[in-house]
Amino acid sequence: MTDLAASDPLPKPKRDVAPVLLPVALALVMIPFVGSTSSWVTLTIASLAMGMMIFIMASGLTLVFGLMDVLNFGHGAFIAVGAYIATLILLPLAGSLQADSLWLNLAVLAPAALLAMAASGVLGLVVERVLVLPVYGQHLKQILMTTGGLIVAEQMLYALWGPQIIPLPLPASLRGSVIIGDIAIAKYRLLAMLVGLVVYVAIELTLNRTKIGLLIRAGVENREMVEALGYRIRRLFLGVFMTGSALAGLGGVMWALYREQVHASMGGDLTVLIFIVIIIGGLGSISGCFIGALLVAMVANYGGFLVPKLALVSNILLMVAILMWRPRGLYAVTSR
Amino acid sequence: MMILSGDPPRSRVLSILLVVIILALAATPFLFPGAKAMNVAAQICIFAALVASYDLLLGYTGSVSFAHTMFYGIGSYAIAIALYSMGPVWAAVATGIAVGLPLAALLALAIGLFSLRVAAIFFAMVTLAVASAFQVLASQLSWLTGGEDGRSFQLPELLRPGTVLISKSLIGFELNGRVLTYYLVLIAAATMILCLLRVVNSPFGRVLQAIRENRFRAEALGFRTVFHLTYANCIAALVAAGAGMLNALWLRYAGPDTSLSFTIMLDILLMVVIGGMGTIYGAIIGASIFILAQNYLQALMGAASKAAADAGLPLLPGLLHPDRWLLWLGLLFIASVYFFPTGVVGRLRGAGSAKH
Repeated sequence: MTDLAASDPLPKPKRDVAPVLLPVALALVMIPFVGSTSSWVTLTIASLAMGMMIFIMASGLTLVFGLMDVLNFGHGAFIAVGAYIATLILLPLAGSLQADSLWLNLAVLAPAALLAMAASGVLGLVVERVLVLPVYGQHLKQILMTTGGLIVAEQMLYALWGPQIIPLPLPASLRGSVIIGDIAIAKYRLLAMLVGLVVYVAIELTLNRTKIGLLIRAGVENREMVEALGYRIRRLFLGVFMTGSALAGLGGVMWALYREQVHASMGGDLTVLIFIVIIIGGLGSISGCFIGALLVAMVANYGGFLVPKLALVSNILLMVAILMWRPRGLYAVTSR
Repeated sequence: MMILSGDPPRSRVLSILLVVIILALAATPFLFPGAKAMNVAAQICIFAALVASYDLLLGYTGSVSFAHTMFYGIGSYAIAIALYSMGPVWAAVATGIAVGLPLAALLALAIGLFSLRVAAIFFAMVTLAVASAFQVLASQLSWLTGGEDGRSFQLPELLRPGTVLISKSLIGFELNGRVLTYYLVLIAAATMILCLLRVVNSPFGRVLQAIRENRFRAEALGFRTVFHLTYANCIAALVAAGAGMLNALWLRYAGPDTSLSFTIMLDILLMVVIGGMGTIYGAIIGASIFILAQNYLQALMGAASKAAADAGLPLLPGLLHPDRWLLWLGLLFIASVYFFPTGVVGRLRGAGSAKH
């Protein structure tokens, strides 16, 4: 132990950069394997865009777990509900979406996304009050209750919208690619990356630069201490839960547009991917979740390009590899 | 008492209920001749064993696994693929068992060592991920598994419905291969359930319950919790694979919908919760109630949906449509976790002991 004088600045926490370098290294290592530069750029952009979308969906889940030790197996429901709610605006206004004007398209997309976020957020409120609140602190029952919630939500979507896949074409101005030299970059991927970055920066700023963010981070590390200091962490938690659900709804809209279709089973399907991401990232860590999402997307894209057969199990292999290296995920923030 | 491993039902109503179920199952081929009744009875037997093995995990160790259908599927596919490729001979059945059981155990060992070592909370998520990967794998490797169509196969001569062992004129009842298969399923399932009862009442089972109640304390007492949990996981996987084999033998078919789908996982969860977690007997009750409801209530739902549609009610026909069976299941599931966490068996035992 070193002696510190009162005037010395506090020692800076050590920065752990190895996980940050991981996606960069992975992308660089892939250059010789992929071969041509143009396909490498396309693949990398595709992974970044996909990673950002997964991050948007997963961020809420990891915070909810970190803050309150609540494992929400029904998180996928918010994704599907968000996508379905967005179709309420996008399908009737399909005419203005097909007009070749970026601003007109965005004027329809933005309210659809906002409505989806609002609906998912409200659903989050209901789920927290009805399903999560009664089984606080009991992992087993939480898992059972939220799994039941996912099933009910999925079946309600089937009952209300029918079992068929709803096609959701991209707006005219977001279709096609930007061509730079011999590199083609899909326009929608650029938008997805932009939205993902904005969300990431907003979350990081909120967590690191505001009082609420400070409380959330403190709550993740030691909930009882925050309660002892007189803060109502339950209310904070409800806020985080609703924000996380709303973000999942936003992610659902973006994912639906990316795949150009909406289906009730999309929530359940994506849940698996999201779980892998938050396990890789370390439960409760936003930066870990971000890196995890990028890694999962990269493995999916590069893997799908190089060895299509492997793509089925590549996520599991990635998870195994990461957990061998760091058994509690890239950044272990919680003591649990 | 010996055969129940010193763990009787401990409730008069429950004992009567169990005896009635078991007698009904044993007498089904005589009492209710007909394909449907025997199908339902065989399904109850298979699921009772499968659910009991899941109860070992959920009820006795308190860890939620979503990979149980994977082991069930491994068992089903092992038998199906062996009989499909080797032809309807007993050697093929033996091969299926000899390949399927070790495969299930090894996979369970790998998952257990990998995910139970880190943190118990990972287990649920890791099993979900692995199971979904396996499901995709099974539908993709169509040269082996038949893809979405699955594999249909012929049973060995002795077990075929056409094989008449004792003709109807002799005892007033035809003992054919189908009935023989049914009793094979019944006896195998009963043996597996009794074995599980033995496991949970052994010192090993007590340690599992200790881990469920307080893992930290169990560890402090010197038990290697990871070893115990992984071991329990392997036993559960073995029995699940066994149940899967019975399922394949009974259906003469193995496919993604009958042995791997997430719906079956949900059914298992519901049966455990309805019957009562941590009781083993709950599996028999839960499976009986659930399978009977599934087979006979769905028709009722269809009728109700039709009636609602005829009455011109909005939304209700869609909600009551037989395809929306899962919706009500999900609601029932949430309600039973919330209101009856101890299930039917827990309720009956509680009512019995309250009178004393």
